[in-house]
Amino acid sequence: MTGAHGKRPVDQALAREFGLTAEEWGKVQAILGRAPSLTELGIFSVMWSEHCSYKSSRVWLKTLPTKAPWVIQGPGENAGVIDIGDGQAAIFKMESHNHPSFIEPYQGAATGVGGILRDVFTMGARPIANLNALRFGDPAHPRTRRLVAGVVAGIGGYGNCVGVPTVGGEVNFHPAYNGNPLVNAMTVGLAPADRIFYSAAAGIGNPVVYVGSRTGRDGIHGATMASAEFGADSEEKRPTVQVGDPFTEKLLIEACLELMATDAIVAIQDMGAAGLTSSSVEMAGKGGVGIELELDAVPQRETGMTAYEMMLSESQERMLMILKPGAEAKARAVFEKWELDFAVIGHLTDTGRIVIRHQGKVEADIPLAPLSDEAPLYRRPTAETPKRPVLAPGAVAAPMGTAEALMQLIGSPDLCSRRWIYEQYDHLVMGETIKRPAAADAAIVRLPRPDGSGSGPKGLAMTTDVTPRYCLADPVEGGKQAVAEAWRNITATGARPLAITDNMNFGNPEKPEIMGQFAGCIQGMAAACTALDFPVVSGNVSLYNETEGRAILPTPAIGGVGVIADVAKARGLALPGAGFELVLIGAPVGWLGCSLWLREIAGREEGAPPPVDLAAERRNGELVRALIAEGLVGACHDIADGGLLVALAEMAIAGGVGARLVVPAGAEALPEHALWFGEEQGRYVLALAPAPTVTALARAKALGIPAARLGQTGGDALTLPGGASISVESLRRTHEAWLPAYMSQAE
Amino acid sequence: MKAVVVVFPGTNREMDAAAALQRATGRKPGIVWHRDTELPAGTDLVLLPGGFSYGDYLRCGAMAALSPVMRAVKAHAERGGAVLGICNGFQVLCETGLLPGALLRNASLKFVCKDVFLRVEETQSLFTRGYRQGQIIRVPTAHGDGNYFADEATLDRLEGEGRVAFRYVTADGRTVPEANVNGAARNISGILSGNRRVLGMMPHPEDHTDPLQGCTDGLPMFTAMAEALA
Repeated sequence: MTGAHGKRPVDQALAREFGLTAEEWGKVQAILGRAPSLTELGIFSVMWSEHCSYKSSRVWLKTLPTKAPWVIQGPGENAGVIDIGDGQAAIFKMESHNHPSFIEPYQGAATGVGGILRDVFTMGARPIANLNALRFGDPAHPRTRRLVAGVVAGIGGYGNCVGVPTVGGEVNFHPAYNGNPLVNAMTVGLAPADRIFYSAAAGIGNPVVYVGSRTGRDGIHGATMASAEFGADSEEKRPTVQVGDPFTEKLLIEACLELMATDAIVAIQDMGAAGLTSSSVEMAGKGGVGIELELDAVPQRETGMTAYEMMLSESQERMLMILKPGAEAKARAVFEKWELDFAVIGHLTDTGRIVIRHQGKVEADIPLAPLSDEAPLYRRPTAETPKRPVLAPGAVAAPMGTAEALMQLIGSPDLCSRRWIYEQYDHLVMGETIKRPAAADAAIVRLPRPDGSGSGPKGLAMTTDVTPRYCLADPVEGGKQAVAEAWRNITATGARPLAITDNMNFGNPEKPEIMGQFAGCIQGMAAACTALDFPVVSGNVSLYNETEGRAILPTPAIGGVGVIADVAKARGLALPGAGFELVLIGAPVGWLGCSLWLREIAGREEGAPPPVDLAAERRNGELVRALIAEGLVGACHDIADGGLLVALAEMAIAGGVGARLVVPAGAEALPEHALWFGEEQGRYVLALAPAPTVTALARAKALGIPAARLGQTGGDALTLPGGASISVESLRRTHEAWLPAYMSQAE
Repeated sequence: MKAVVVVFPGTNREMDAAAALQRATGRKPGIVWHRDTELPAGTDLVLLPGGFSYGDYLRCGAMAALSPVMRAVKAHAERGGAVLGICNGFQVLCETGLLPGALLRNASLKFVCKDVFLRVEETQSLFTRGYRQGQIIRVPTAHGDGNYFADEATLDRLEGEGRVAFRYVTADGRTVPEANVNGAARNISGILSGNRRVLGMMPHPEDHTDPLQGCTDGLPMFTAMAEALA
């Protein structure tokens, strides 16, 4: 058997099928000085795919701030690394698995989790938390329910088995994702700061070692699939989706960490997209060395595999390592203990070339420098998104009363409880989850002490955020808001935000308006990262998220990580009981443009999104964090989707206690619905005991930060200033109802 | 108390179990590997923790039950040694035959991770003597296959011999279907062996042993074991 393409001539027509343009095909021939073999064409096409080469996005990604005194490793490695003190480092990244999840939701999502876990533990970290950011189509679309069920089961099926808690995430529904859901998975790991493992190969003659699962024919050309639009035939691409084995992944984690405790490893990288090709090319390329592989030594799950198939396979749960000379026996013993395959499949050379041999024949011989240096790089044309008019607070009349609108919002698909989802994820395994899903604006996981004497008091705060409807309306403001909201969510727990990972999900970059969205979001993100000292340390780009020409909403998902010195001081959003004062931090202006109230209650998606004042964002957040650190705050919640009243309702539901609300000073002139449902940024609700309230208001005043009393907690209902009252129990029931009811309906 | 935690390939709550034991005893437990053929001398308690042993690809706990270390655990139990199996550990104990019955797929067909309420049905054991009879405790569950099943005669015998240790109930103690998180027969969440020195249970008391975990209702089980086996 010679594989699917074995009988075809290797020509421009085949190159086009592999996703290479005429110009790129010309470049391949020029680099080689001859026509490529099938295996060589496969290697060029995946390395030059959008997914692996970032050819459309690189020029923009370079403009993001990536440095801070606490950044140990920024973008360019398998994951980002930050110093979190006490000799410890947090290692994290978020990555998309959008296309596979649409074709085969369970395995697509499961292998997305597996892949991001490997990106993190390959750097020497024990994974301690998973998060995700999910976008699905219109709930009424016939496909949505099955996609939600499959993706959630897949994320749970993988994460639960490997034993890493899934502690947080976000979910949106919008018709723009009907044909192209987004599955973005994030892993956070912990490593000793002086024991980070990198991917650059070194040491001429050093052995190249393959460990993990055997190679099969699954996922061949997955990276190419991830670099094309979907058409009506996407169903036929099902065979290119890989199958995950979380049990093997768990063994691989333990085996790798056991070997990493020794000094056997020079470099290590997981075989992710484009498998053996990208790992060997990138490791040798980064190290400036050559590499020779003997494919006969690769552990194989199927018979008769060709060199092309082995180099392009995306079989899961595999790693490539460069070992120190003489370390093979020690390493082999560790992998045999964990019953994993271990094979020396090649060695490093001084030729600067990758040479692939199979059955005595050279199947590929490519100079590495031009493969990476001459990879295509496009500055694609951009078209700026036209500015939308600002909607005045009174521009849209309220079609229903405030209480009724609150009930409708709190039970709507984008705001209802995510319990049906997170209860399918083991969010407690490892025993260190201090703030569980929905308990706080960011998840809090307690860390082991560096000396191994137990855990705490330090912890990490983690969140995923973006508001795609803002990004569509104004990419620059939307990009800013995504970063600011991640920063705000971490701040609201009392933790100090340190760095982000970004997962840029966009449509076809060859369309100027899409490239304009991408460029705009990057500009906004960069401004926010700089203003908030919140650099980007890792990320992933997923383009061509279009089906039959329709693009998704621009979705730059942000994964934020922060540190808190004592997890006992972390605050959640649940009202702590009766007798607390409620305080609004930040100015109410009644911004209804792009709000959920406008969409869900008034049935309109329009207006400019709320702007982010980054100086005010930072000032407000630093006050909130200081008040929490001083132990003055009982509960804290940021104001986001749905506005102030939705935030208050969420706090009441979580705490099982009501509140009597007043109109905050300075907001008397606003229309009622604009005050309660406006989505202006940089704001928080605090619940404080009476004496700390005085302190907090005085501190805000001294700093020039708008702060106003919002009412008092108590009773079993949320009572509005006009006297209308909604029981907390009815809010809770409505909030909890939608997702389980939706998911239990028959197809 | 000399405690050991058994690690199979795919076990993933060994750290949780070890931390709970350490909170109760002040000492780290020993770790025993699935290929070990004997337990450390002087072992008082064997804890089989949660996870997906051998991937649970055959039937939960079935492969682990055949592993070398389980011969030693079985001999330990037959000598009257104490064994606590939590979640996957409970499944292993049923597959080994140290406890009767089996754990089937959850009635919902979904994995479920949430806090549940248990009523302590039996305080006459070294695991449960730290609780009051009828006390209601809150502990997390995290499993896909926790639906306890046994034939009616076995269930009657377990009840008659006071071997039902815990039952799923509501917060106010009602034994109703809504409280039954996985569809278990008679809301059973944990059972004892005939000599009352082997306990298997689906929920995770080890994850509620520290105030920062949100609750310490699981801690009395670990302190009771430490006292009884001191």
